[in-house]
Amino acid sequence: MSDSVNPILAADGTPLKKKLGQALFRSRVQAFGLVVPLLAFVIVSFIVPIVVLLWQGIHDSRYAELMPGSTLALSKWDGITEPTEEMYSALVADLIEARKQKTIGKVATRVNRELSGTRSLFTSTARRAARLAAPYKDALVEVNVAWGEIETWQAMKVASRVYTPGYLLAALDFSLSADGTVTRKPENRRIHIKLFLRTLEISVVVTVACLFLGYPIAYLLSSLPLRTSNILLILVLLPFWTSLLVRTTSWIAMLQAQGVMNDLFVAFGITGDDDRFSLIYNKTGTLIAMTHILLPFMILPLYSVMKAIPPSYVRAAKSMGATDWTAFWRVYFPQSVPGIGAGVLLVFILAIGYYITPALVGGQDGQMISNIIDFHMRKSLNWNLAAAIGLVLLVIILALFWIYDRIVGIDNLKLG
Amino acid sequence: MVEVSAVEISGVDKAKERRKTLSDASEKSEFVVFERVQKSYDGETLVVKDLNLTMARGEFLTLLGPSGSGKTTCLMMLAGFETATHGDIFLAGRPINNIPPYKRGIGMVFQNYALFPHMTVGENLSFPLEVRKLGKSEREEKVKKALDMVKMVGFEKRRPAQLSGGQQQRIALARALVFEPELILMDEPLGALDKQLREHMQFEIKHLHERLGITVVYVTHDQSEALTMSDRIAVFNDGVIQQLSNPDDLYERPENAFVAQFIGENNRLKGTIESLNGKIVHVAFDDGCQSKALAVNCGGKGSRTTLSIRPERVALGWDEESNTTRGEVLELTYLGDHIRYRMNVHGNPDFVLRLPNTSGHAELAVGESAKISWKSEDCRALDP
Ligand SMILES: Nc1ncnc2c1ncn2[C@@H]1O[C@H](COP(=O)(O)OP(=O)(O)O)[C@@H](O)[C@H]1O
Ligand SMILES: [Mg+2]
Repeated sequence: MSDSVNPILAADGTPLKKKLGQALFRSRVQAFGLVVPLLAFVIVSFIVPIVVLLWQGIHDSRYAELMPGSTLALSKWDGITEPTEEMYSALVADLIEARKQKTIGKVATRVNRELSGTRSLFTSTARRAARLAAPYKDALVEVNVAWGEIETWQAMKVASRVYTPGYLLAALDFSLSADGTVTRKPENRRIHIKLFLRTLEISVVVTVACLFLGYPIAYLLSSLPLRTSNILLILVLLPFWTSLLVRTTSWIAMLQAQGVMNDLFVAFGITGDDDRFSLIYNKTGTLIAMTHILLPFMILPLYSVMKAIPPSYVRAAKSMGATDWTAFWRVYFPQSVPGIGAGVLLVFILAIGYYITPALVGGQDGQMISNIIDFHMRKSLNWNLAAAIGLVLLVIILALFWIYDRIVGIDNLKLG
Repeated sequence: MVEVSAVEISGVDKAKERRKTLSDASEKSEFVVFERVQKSYDGETLVVKDLNLTMARGEFLTLLGPSGSGKTTCLMMLAGFETATHGDIFLAGRPINNIPPYKRGIGMVFQNYALFPHMTVGENLSFPLEVRKLGKSEREEKVKKALDMVKMVGFEKRRPAQLSGGQQQRIALARALVFEPELILMDEPLGALDKQLREHMQFEIKHLHERLGITVVYVTHDQSEALTMSDRIAVFNDGVIQQLSNPDDLYERPENAFVAQFIGENNRLKGTIESLNGKIVHVAFDDGCQSKALAVNCGGKGSRTTLSIRPERVALGWDEESNTTRGEVLELTYLGDHIRYRMNVHGNPDFVLRLPNTSGHAELAVGESAKISWKSEDCRALDP
């Protein structure tokens, strides 16, 4: 009895399927109504800013908007041959206009990113542009010989691209030249890849350390009577009661050369008084402080998963002849894997974007990729590069997430 | 197949010696022994008080009692998951207090089955064989045999979550049997099943027990389950064994008021002992009437006692041989094969009388005063 031939009817004569669809539609609309406020908030305050920011990593229209004439001329140029008189005259017209609009500073900054030292070239030439006469090539070269050099024009050509892979390439330590070729930066200027690798390394080490420190504690907590375990759980959560900043700075007091740890090491004769360990303002400091701060994020999901494993499983295993270790490894551990999955993912993702702790206790070699993003956002004001680095970080995280899903399985994850 | 005993699995030579020195007869009748066992979890109250229990090899013994009476605790002490606070437990003549659970070789069926959710049925069953380092072909053979025993062949590849409650129960049973232990402990294994399935499984477990000759300690709070399955029943209350005997003795000859009340339906009448005459006592009820009863567990003249009479042993009408009295019918319930009358007898408004629904049986109406009688042997004078 297929329903296309003989549809089942509801009491009022409408087909049952349609009736069900109507009923479900109403409840769906209601459910959607409940999430609308949050959805609007998330879109406005989170998704839109992120998309706008990341957009800047591949889109930079500053030069093209402020210098439209020379942009057109540059786009016709192949980037290798001598710049033409047409390009020079377009440039002069643009410079005059940019000075009038007081936007020349922005243009200068933009080109300066591609070739340092060109900022003053632009601002000073713009000041005199109105008084120049054709032929503009000779006039400009007279103002500054740099206008005769092809590198200047190549930098302008790169800057004039609206959709540019340049920032992304820079984020990966490559540079883009005017004719579109991509080359690796010289060894001493490759900093981003190194930072990405260090960020991954620190995140992995911190995650593994949290797992090894957190697993036994979560196990202990889950096997204790509820009253005791609740008290201990409060101790685990105690760090959350103080600000992140306070906790991080207290590690400075602990770990610095004249700090508590080193005093103890000296007191126990582990090291000499003038040979103290450097535990802070380096990678060690970052690792120690981050492990401490992220540990609760490992313990909590582990604890909630372990709490739900009935003791009868391990007992059953032992009654069947399994030693304590076998019962743990073959029966208990596999059932705690969803907790490990959740904890590892949580800690790793928090760690990979960590910023304040490395900034405070990381010194030179404890800096992570977020610190360089911060540098470009607040110091060098190169938001485009900051966005490009952020984009690369996002892609790396998504790739790791995909691998994680392949190996562990995202549905094999339980937060409580 | 029962020859791979717990003793051999643990491989303790001393135990084997001990076993040899034990005479065959005593080893057979004293397979499991609890000797003055006490257990306290908090150091303040005793959950198990002075437990003494001896089980023969091949016996089906049920621990029956209300929830919280310490049955699971006893089972856990035997399995090795709880230690006795005081006293000794012997298995096949060896004290096992200091033997870890995995060396005891005792099969267990848990109430929630405790099937490992991350393993298939086949992996669950071969787990105890793997930890015993059996070869692959031998494992497969034994798993198949165990599945065959519980009629679950063909389910090897399923996960426990893909089985119904009854099927999970069978797998749990098979897993406890697969490594051929001599002793199996079951803690309310049928508690989660519906009535029909539960009754069916009761018989299957009983038949497996008979076929394999294993020793079973079974825990339940369901008295009909205990009566159906057991060779002997230990009735627990408050951490003490109230009575340990076979099912018919337990029902027909309860030794104290708790057992009489806990097993089956029971009529209680309170009174004072007037005189003692050998095995027969004269008891005066509070309303002045008297009855003769069998002295089972009562004090001397002048002490209080509780009389226990089964509803089906109360007859309608008067009989010269018996104790006779009158009761006012308060309620009648039609139950098909019999009719249940609730009466007020000697001030007890919950006195129950059961009449078989035979043709031409007497009919009583609510409010009627009926003549009833019972034999002195069916009326047991127990502790107050
Ligand atoms: N692990 C434990 N810790 C503390 N008290 C317990 C524990 N297990 C059982 N008890 C207590 O011991 C008593 C007997 O419990 P149990 O042996 O489980 O009874 P039963 O199985 O007959 O229902 C109960 O009062 C229970 O609260
Ligand atoms: Mg119990």
